[in-house]
Amino acid sequence: MKTLSLALRNLKRNRRRSSATILAMVIGSVSILLFGGYVQNIVYGLQTGYVRGGGHLELQHRDYFLYGSGDPTAYGIADYQHVIDVLRADPVLAPLLTVVTPTLEFGGIAGNFDAGVSRTIFASGIVVEDQNAMQLWNEYGFPDKPERMALTGTSVDSAIIGTGVARVLRLCAPLHVEDCPQPTPAAQPTGAELPADIAQLATPEATPADATPTDPSGHPHIELLAATTGGAPNVARLQVAKAEELGVKEANDAFIGLHLSEAQRLLYGRGTPEVTAIALQLHHTREIPFALHRIDELLRTSLKNQPLAVYDFRALNPYYGQTVGLFSAIFGFIAVLIGAIVLFTVGNTMNAAVVERTVEIGTLRAMGQRRTGIRRLFISEALLLGAFGALLGVLTALLLAQLINHSGLTWTPPGRVHPIHLHVRVWGEWRMLAGTTLGLLAVAVVSAWWPARRAAKLQVVEALRHV
Amino acid sequence: MDPLILENVKKTYRLDRVDVPALSEVNLRIRPHCFTVLSGASGSGKTTLLNLIGCIDRPDGGSITVAGQRVAELSDDALSDFRLRHIGFVFQNFNLLPVLTAYENVEYPLLLARTPAAARKQRVSELLAAVGLDTHAKHWPGQLSGGQRQRVAIARALATAPQLVLADEPTANLDSQTGASIIALMRRMQHDYQATFVFSSHDPTVLTEADDVVVLQDGRIVRIEQRRRTEATS
Repeated sequence: MKTLSLALRNLKRNRRRSSATILAMVIGSVSILLFGGYVQNIVYGLQTGYVRGGGHLELQHRDYFLYGSGDPTAYGIADYQHVIDVLRADPVLAPLLTVVTPTLEFGGIAGNFDAGVSRTIFASGIVVEDQNAMQLWNEYGFPDKPERMALTGTSVDSAIIGTGVARVLRLCAPLHVEDCPQPTPAAQPTGAELPADIAQLATPEATPADATPTDPSGHPHIELLAATTGGAPNVARLQVAKAEELGVKEANDAFIGLHLSEAQRLLYGRGTPEVTAIALQLHHTREIPFALHRIDELLRTSLKNQPLAVYDFRALNPYYGQTVGLFSAIFGFIAVLIGAIVLFTVGNTMNAAVVERTVEIGTLRAMGQRRTGIRRLFISEALLLGAFGALLGVLTALLLAQLINHSGLTWTPPGRVHPIHLHVRVWGEWRMLAGTTLGLLAVAVVSAWWPARRAAKLQVVEALRHV
Repeated sequence: MDPLILENVKKTYRLDRVDVPALSEVNLRIRPHCFTVLSGASGSGKTTLLNLIGCIDRPDGGSITVAGQRVAELSDDALSDFRLRHIGFVFQNFNLLPVLTAYENVEYPLLLARTPAAARKQRVSELLAAVGLDTHAKHWPGQLSGGQRQRVAIARALATAPQLVLADEPTANLDSQTGASIIALMRRMQHDYQATFVFSSHDPTVLTEADDVVVLQDGRIVRIEQRRRTEATS
């Protein structure tokens, strides 16, 4: 009779208690796995958003990250096409890359002068086809199909703006922005009515409430004012192709996207155009360390004349790390809480088993079973409870995850505009599954340790005398 | 060699704050291959003496030598191994493991002793046949009568061919007819397997079957009756 076989029979002996203990472990395991799967989906979603938007890595002027937002043209990458060529041609790096694309970010003032309104903005000059290619990245198999950017196929003087920018610049109506409230007109002071002839003279000079300057193409236009490299103001007239909801109010109220060439023309005029960053998107996130290492090598060799630094998306977007950290802390807290519940449940079961089987323990010891054998027997029982609990927990979690994923439930994550399907990732999360299973086994063993030790330490005579 | 020698053995229990002497200055030699009964009124020290002989309790003084081994020198693990190989137990309440069949109960000490499978199977079958339960090998203890359970317990006690078999009131929970048949069986097994049997009992049937009767009173041996000489008696 092997120890495990005897342990199994002992568990079957008190089916109700064993079942209740296993059920407690199943509930614990399922809770951890479902919440973990939910968190994992959020983290993957967040990561996918950042990687689609800005790639995994960004090469910048080494001081741009700290000082560039105040004066982007002073921290540009001068010979950026050469840098891109080196990156794309590198035999080590090239197989890892999906997209390498330059961007130019700067601040300025956007105005609808016909409406007499303007506001400060931040603008991003992009290569539209590259951005469309980046939107296809989907390492984690999200079911959504990314749409091509509204700038696709537009003329170089086209731009997209956040819906908040459209609202402030009074462009909601021509851009068909829904849910766009207009300011309440200030109450006019009452007084003597203006004579009709004087009122007629004043009419042509009145500012319309929603002035809609349009180009021959039919798109409304805005003026974008920015400082050139020399510090002189420069203005570009841009056709607004679309107003987009960006999910975050600060971005909505300030973002303008435009073609890179137009952004460079605005900032550099006839000078040599530069960019503020080169974004690199990799096939897989896990390749970041390897790619970083290789780029560091290139910066010391082929690109040693360039004052560049490389950052990954986590460094560039602290919100990502904060979110992951927050969810990790919540997950850890829940796991510890559930672990403690399982610990006491299994411990209680094993304690009861020791009390019930005291005479048996005495008999086994009298027959010649060593203390270690008794200890091993009870720990084996706990291990089996843990194994059944973990196995059933994993199977139940997989089943429930499938049900949830096909239930049609939706939710709107932070930073997103539209609701997405509630998706719980359990299948495929092997580390989480293995961690939960091993954790449960460990908790079961730890919880049985004390009762098993107590059983092993029983005096044979006392145990045999037990009633 | 005497299977069992006790010299000046003492044992005291502490109940609350009072020391209660259970055994005082016990000196005893058990003859090999004999059927020895420890007799006496309740509280006379029979069970305490049996526990000390069985190495499941330690004396407060004196020495106990079982099968030539002074047991006080053994560690707990060594004592477990010693019990496994040299001492068999038959309990008043049978103490069969309820999750094991009759066959597995008898097999268990052999598994502990790491006996090879073939030898194990042969030994268990032989013992079950000897106690008349070869047709009940797959029965669970709950499916056996009291007498049958005690027969399984006897087979289990003899599994590792111990020199010494100890039985604490083995017929106390059996009716007189079954008790008598169990004693007869034990007598036969003792003869067939050449083991030394030591009982604690005040059952007259047991006493009539005894080779030696050790009478205890208030923790002391007051009389040793040598009732018959066996073939193997030294």
